[in-house]
Amino acid sequence: MRNGAGEHGDGYVGGARAALPFALATFALGVSFGVLSRSLGWGVVAPIVFSVITFSGSAQFAVAAVLGGGGGALSAIVAAILLNARFLPMGVAVAPFLKGGPLRRALEGQAVVDASWALASRGGGRFDRDFMIGATLPQVVAWIGGTVIGVFASGVVGDVERLGLDVIFPAFFMALLMEELRGGKVTLAAALIAAALSLVLVPLLPPGVPVIAACAAALLGLREWSS
Amino acid sequence: MTALWVAIIGVTIASAAIKATGPLLVGGKELPDKANAVIALLAPALLTALVVTETFGEDGHLVLDARAVGVGVAALALAFRAPVLLAVVLAALTTALLRAFS
Repeated sequence: MRNGAGEHGDGYVGGARAALPFALATFALGVSFGVLSRSLGWGVVAPIVFSVITFSGSAQFAVAAVLGGGGGALSAIVAAILLNARFLPMGVAVAPFLKGGPLRRALEGQAVVDASWALASRGGGRFDRDFMIGATLPQVVAWIGGTVIGVFASGVVGDVERLGLDVIFPAFFMALLMEELRGGKVTLAAALIAAALSLVLVPLLPPGVPVIAACAAALLGLREWSS
Repeated sequence: MTALWVAIIGVTIASAAIKATGPLLVGGKELPDKANAVIALLAPALLTALVVTETFGEDGHLVLDARAVGVGVAALALAFRAPVLLAVVLAALTTALLRAFS
């Protein structure tokens, strides 16, 4: 059994079930995004529209950080692009398993988010399309719902960090990673190289770039392939 | 407020384009074995990078704080075969307690 598959059933419903714990974390993050954007004077409409049309936690927090720090729209967009550039190789990886013509494929590709993509990974470069789309749906609902509640209840909601909710995501990713690491020595080697690259690069490069650079550790697969 | 709306629309278009690129370029073609060998290692590499940056990264610095202890507790619980949800709750609790007493 890999990741959430099997334990939660297959297809869309299985994916949605497997993603429920992540949806909880996404909800908490959505609330904090709503609270944060109110504190930046964004009003009620803009943060909600942002969450509905963009649906990207990392990019939206980056925009809040740049604009909140006095930066301009262009810097905010560049920061968000750097953070989301990881979705490019992830999109290439799932592409063969999507359905339909170009437009539909491009649309289905929008379902790629970290947790869903990792949950739908079946090893050996294969992905379960239905599982991934099913896993993204509850996270979309949670992200938008969380933003709405955060925006309207910004005075009531306390500090998300005080509750330790900011470690929910790294802890979940750790759980998915430990499943992956059962894949053997090459997998472990790739993970160790990725860890070293991110640790070295975090102080040197803007946020988001170390994650993309660390993906280069996957090139270790070329050695395996040629041997 | 215009800067905000420019950013919102710009980020939405950029983000959608990034996610659409792979599916549009690759289409329904099977990727060559060479590419699959790399993609097979993409998940562990990406997950590791996300764990490291979200645990130790803060505003372009490496920091060792309550998050590291929380994620460490989760890893330990998972190593002892604890259910994922329990491990995550333990991580959040540990981090919250450490912050409350520091």
